[in-house]
Amino acid sequence: MARLRAVGSWDAVVVIALVAVSIIGALAIEGVGDPRFWRFVTLEAIPIALIALPMTLIVITGEIDLSVASVLGLTCTVMGQLWVSGVTSLPLLIAISLLLGAALGAVNGLFITGFGLPSLAVTIGTLALYRGLAYVVLGDRAVANYPPEWTTAAIKPIPGTTIAWMILVVAALAVLFGLVLHATPIGRGLYAMGNNAEAAHFAGVKVGLTKFWLFVASGVMSALAGLFWTLRFASARADNGIGLELAVVAAVLLGGVSIFGGRGALLGVFAAVALLGVMRNGLQLAYVPANTLTVITGSLLIASVVGPNVVGVLRERLRSRRRRRRSTAPTVTPTT
Amino acid sequence: MRAGTKRVRFLALAAVTALAFGTAACAEGSTDGNTTPAASAGTIKSGLKIAFLPKQVNNPYFTISDNGGKAAVAEFGGVYSETGPSDTGASAQVSYINTLSQQKTDVIVVSANDKNAICGALNEARQAGAKVVTFDADTMPSCRDLFINQATAEGIAKIQIKLISEAVGADGGEIAILSATANATNQNAWIEMMKTELGKPEYSKLKLVDTVYGDDQDQKSFTETQALLAKHPNLKGIISPTTVGVAAAARYLSGSSYKGKVQLTGLGTPNQMRAFVKDGTCKAFALWNPADLGYLAAWAAASLASGIISGKEGDKFKAGKLGEFTVGKDATVLLGDPFTFNASNIDQFNF
Repeated sequence: MARLRAVGSWDAVVVIALVAVSIIGALAIEGVGDPRFWRFVTLEAIPIALIALPMTLIVITGEIDLSVASVLGLTCTVMGQLWVSGVTSLPLLIAISLLLGAALGAVNGLFITGFGLPSLAVTIGTLALYRGLAYVVLGDRAVANYPPEWTTAAIKPIPGTTIAWMILVVAALAVLFGLVLHATPIGRGLYAMGNNAEAAHFAGVKVGLTKFWLFVASGVMSALAGLFWTLRFASARADNGIGLELAVVAAVLLGGVSIFGGRGALLGVFAAVALLGVMRNGLQLAYVPANTLTVITGSLLIASVVGPNVVGVLRERLRSRRRRRRSTAPTVTPTT
Repeated sequence: MRAGTKRVRFLALAAVTALAFGTAACAEGSTDGNTTPAASAGTIKSGLKIAFLPKQVNNPYFTISDNGGKAAVAEFGGVYSETGPSDTGASAQVSYINTLSQQKTDVIVVSANDKNAICGALNEARQAGAKVVTFDADTMPSCRDLFINQATAEGIAKIQIKLISEAVGADGGEIAILSATANATNQNAWIEMMKTELGKPEYSKLKLVDTVYGDDQDQKSFTETQALLAKHPNLKGIISPTTVGVAAAARYLSGSSYKGKVQLTGLGTPNQMRAFVKDGTCKAFALWNPADLGYLAAWAAASLASGIISGKEGDKFKAGKLGEFTVGKDATVLLGDPFTFNASNIDQFNF
């Protein structure tokens, strides 16, 4: 029964698609089987995956955070400015950046939960606001003179592989977020408020407080992605990561998280991040031009919104048919 | 049953991770047999894979320069390709560089959106065996083998200030600059040189009052021009050292009451500017020939990959119809002086 449910769910569809695309890609496109291909795919996926973790939880509660890429950009510029002004301790820079991310996320959280404003509106506002502040901090300058030890350390491969070690950090955080979402009362509360915030509130879920901390978490993770971004490209600029929020939201939705809240799982989102990365890089290797790639990504996004709904409707129909069949048999009334 | 579902999901997650690691772990050290044997001096090897990576595809300027490269590649019997991002974000070029490296391209000919952000990727590609030639916009010199310079910053600044000074007239007045993105390496170098040039006594009556950025987007450049004129009612002239910017500014000026009153010059292409030169919006503008730039870059790339030149100062190579070139300081090759287009000569050019 459990296996049947897993196979029927959208996460399984995405995982199967990922495996299929990887295998077909490796057979059909020269270079996809190459270890370097996976190095590049993971390097590209790391910032998206980092931000997708809190984004998954936020979308499950029925909210959204569109300011993530701007938080990333602002963190990059503040870190760059601090470095230029003489803060040369990496742990200190990391601490300040993460705190900044938390503060920026808290501003979002405060407006959304404190004033009851829709997250879409608030985070579109802060998307522009934080990006604007990034330009205030660095203007047209780029800070690029980080110590080479730092920049090479950020993308150093795990010994014996070509994959950057940061993926281990992503994996550890994924386990953490996964446990919270799928194995704690907090996680169940997230689904509950996504399905019906009012009912969740009356059931004792602290809706406002939980959402507030989710946005703080989103800020911190975006800042972490910003740190990685700065060191990977050895370049802190105000336009770092522009448009990345769309890549994150695309992965979350393709991963089967309902944009209306209440449904989704981390596994599907992770598979979707990987799937989008493999497809993009694979098609690029197959000489597919940029314009076509954009069209394909757009179509996938549409499919990701329509797909889970179609699957959901089909499963619902299947279940009600089964129920009908079962109801004709003698029934045992459950006692609660 | 819930626990069961959970277990299945975690197992699947583990499977995905294992798949990724497994594929990646196979082999790092497998070097391909693509290492270049020393070519006999003076001959271009045949079948060289030369890829052009512009700042952005769908940009008319790069379409022209890349086509120049394509023509050259056809002349020496190589394999030409063009690829690139559709936006000018600093890091957007990185994944294309990675792709070209995996495709075992012999030479990557790139115009850098950010001189630092693509450095790591370029060096990784060079380690994998590719040569890197930059053109139009350079990277840090340590990340490429050769830079094909369209014109010196000094040469461009000189011609831009000379043209705007002639257009505005002896009385001088306020001028402004409409640039591309705020981070564009070459734009900022030119703007700095223009400021130096304006310090000369013969330009003492010209006053630079503002620099705005149209991000090389037509619409943004258009509205920035509009805003510039509203903000500075005494503006006498605009310099836009970017093909997208100067065309957008010309379009705005020619449809407004400022036409003929506010002078315009910049770096533009004849086809984009023809109508505005003829209707008097713009008296003269300058540019190198972008097709020649791409053409030269391709020949330099092939000479590099064939071992004819190594990029050291004094190296000489032939560039087809353009004749012989010499590598200068910092592994740089200069195309030549910018060319001035005006009503009397513009009809002789079609690009």
